Amino acid sequence: MESLEQIRDRLLARFPGAAVVLVINPGPAAEHSLLLDGTHGRDLALCLRDDPALQLDYCSNATGIDWPDKEIVDVKKIAVPDSAGGPGKIIEEKTRRLEPGYLEAVYHLYSMALRHGPVIIRLRTGNRSDRVTLPSLTPVWRSCEFQEREIFDLYGIVFEGHRDLRRLLMWDEFKDHPMRKDYVDPDDYEWEPTPHDEVLERAKAHYPPALPPEAPKP
Amino acid sequence: MSCADQSGLDAEMAAALGAPSPASRAPAPLSPFSAPTVRAVKDPFHGDLLEVSMGPQHPSTHGVFRMVVTLDGEVIVKLKPVFGYLHRNHEKIAENTSYLGSMPYTDRLDYLCSMTTNWAYALAVEKLAGQAVPDRAQYIRVILAEMTRLVNHSCLVGFLFNDLGTSFTPLLYAFREREKILDLFESLSGSRMMCNFQRFGGCRVDPSPEWLAAASRLVDNFPRFLDEYETMLTGNEIMLARTQGVGILDAQKAVNAGITGPCLRASGCNYDVRKVDGYGFYPRFDFRVPLGAHGDTYDRYMMRILEMRESVKILRQAFKELPAGPVMDPKAKIRGFRPKPGEAYGRIESPKGELGFYLISDGSTNPYRYRVRPPTLINLTLLEEMCLGHTIADSVVILGSIDIVLGEVDR
Repeated sequence: MESLEQIRDRLLARFPGAAVVLVINPGPAAEHSLLLDGTHGRDLALCLRDDPALQLDYCSNATGIDWPDKEIVDVKKIAVPDSAGGPGKIIEEKTRRLEPGYLEAVYHLYSMALRHGPVIIRLRTGNRSDRVTLPSLTPVWRSCEFQEREIFDLYGIVFEGHRDLRRLLMWDEFKDHPMRKDYVDPDDYEWEPTPHDEVLERAKAHYPPALPPEAPKP
Repeated sequence: MSCADQSGLDAEMAAALGAPSPASRAPAPLSPFSAPTVRAVKDPFHGDLLEVSMGPQHPSTHGVFRMVVTLDGEVIVKLKPVFGYLHRNHEKIAENTSYLGSMPYTDRLDYLCSMTTNWAYALAVEKLAGQAVPDRAQYIRVILAEMTRLVNHSCLVGFLFNDLGTSFTPLLYAFREREKILDLFESLSGSRMMCNFQRFGGCRVDPSPEWLAAASRLVDNFPRFLDEYETMLTGNEIMLARTQGVGILDAQKAVNAGITGPCLRASGCNYDVRKVDGYGFYPRFDFRVPLGAHGDTYDRYMMRILEMRESVKILRQAFKELPAGPVMDPKAKIRGFRPKPGEAYGRIESPKGELGFYLISDGSTNPYRYRVRPPTLINLTLLEEMCLGHTIADSVVILGSIDIVLGEVDR
C-alpha cells in the first residue's frame, strides 16, 4: 500500500478545493491518520473506497472522540528595571487563552480485496455546541450505520445524510451525551414521573367510561 | 353495576362465596407497561399488518435484544432491531479506570469468550505501549483462544438447534464438552467464565505440565465429539429444510456492511484476521480458512463446525511446539503503567468476528479514549435484509446463526 503522504497528495490532486491534513501519531504504534474536511468528507471517502489502488471497501471501526476546550497558559518573562537603580527584576506575565474544543469522528478503513490497511481518517466538527454536523459516511460504508448512531447518541455529532439517525443505546427521551468529558451523571437514573398531578390528569383519558348509577332498590 | 350500596352482610357473603371484592372493580391504575406489544398497522396495499415486538424478554433473542417486526400474515415485511437494554457505558467506565483495571471488565463484554476478549484488549494496549510478549505467552494465548473458539462454536450450534425447536438435546451435548474446557480454564485462571487471564506483556500464570497434558488429551478427544455431533445434526432433515436457502447474505453487501467472522466467510469472502494481520503467532500455524458458497444459514452453521476442526489442528500444533520460557515479559510494568501519548487500534479474530479495541493515551494512567469495536453489533446491520420475506420463525433461526451476545452488543 502506498504511504499516507502519497494518498494525501493524490486526494488533493483530485479534489483541489479540499483540505487533507496528515495527523501524526506520536506513539509506538505509529498509526498516522488523515484529517479530511467536513464539506468534502463524503467525496473523499468515496474516492478512497473506489480507487483501484486502495479499494478500502471495509470500514472496521467508526468512533467519536471528545476534545473539550482547553485553557492554555502562555508564560512570558519580562525584565523590569528597578526604579531605585538596583538589579532589574524578571516578572512572569501569564496570559490565558482558550483553545476551542471539538468533536472528532475516526474511521478505520481496511481493504478486504487487497488485504491491506488500516487507513485512518478523521473528521472534526467546528465546536462542541452548535456546529456539530458532519457528513455521514453510511452511504459509503454501511457498517457505519449503527456506529454513527452510537456516536450521535453518546457524543452528539449529527451525521448529515444518515438515513435513520436515532439514539442507539440510550433511550429516546434521554437528553445528554454521556461519553462527553464534561458529562455529569444524574443522582438518580431511575427517576420517572409518578402518576400524580398533571400525569394523573392525562391518565384519566385512558380510564374506562364512568358507570351509570344504579337504580335505587325498591 | 356497583357494590357500594350493598349492606355489610352481603359483602361478607359475597367474599365468602369467592365473588370479586368491590375494590377490584375500580379502574386499574395506568401502568407504564400497559402499552400493547402487538398493534395493527394500516397499509393501503397489503391491508392490515401486524407489528410485533419480539423481545427484550424473549428466549430466542439470546438475551435482552429486541426486534420490532412488522408482519404480513406470517411473513416479515419490516424489522427494526432495538438495542440498549444491557447498556452500562463500558467505555466511560474504562476511561475512568486504569489500563489494567478494565481487564477484568472486558470479560463481561463477550461473557462466553473471555479469553479472546482479554487478548484483544491486551493486544491493543501492547501496541499502544510498544510492549513485547514472550514466545511461550504467545503460544498459551493461541491455545486459550482456540479452546474458547471450541466452546463458543459448539454452544452456538447447540443454541441454533434450540432455536430450530430441538429442545436442549444438542445443547446438552455441547455443554458437556464446554464443561470440560471450562474446568481447565478454572484450574488455570481461577474462574470458569470470567477468566481475567491476559496481562500487558504476557499471561498471568504459567500452565503446569499436568494442565497441558490434560488440555492436550481433551483436544485429542474433541474430534470424536464433533463426529458424534455431526452425525446427529448435519444431515438432519428438519435442519436442512429449515436452514438451506434461508437468510442469504450477499458477499458484496456483507463486506460493505462490515460483517466479519464466520458470517462473512459463509458468504464466500476469504477474510480472517488471523491470516490477514498475522497477530500473535498465527503465521506459524498451518490451518485453513473454511469458506461457504451460498451464504445461507446452513453455510453459517457449517462454518462453525469446520472452524472447530481447524481449531483442533491449531491446538495440536501448539501443544507440540510450545516452547519453554517465561510467560511474562520481565520488563513489563504492572504498577504505574503509563503508555506514551498516542493511539492504537488492535483487532483479533474473536469467535464471533473481528473484535477491536481503539485506545488513545494522553500519558496518564487511564486511557483518554477507550473504544470497543463489537463484532456482534455490526453483524446485526444486515439482519433486516436477511429476514425480509421469511417467516417470523425463520428470523429466530437467522438471528441464532449470526451468533450475538448482548454483553457485547450493548456494552
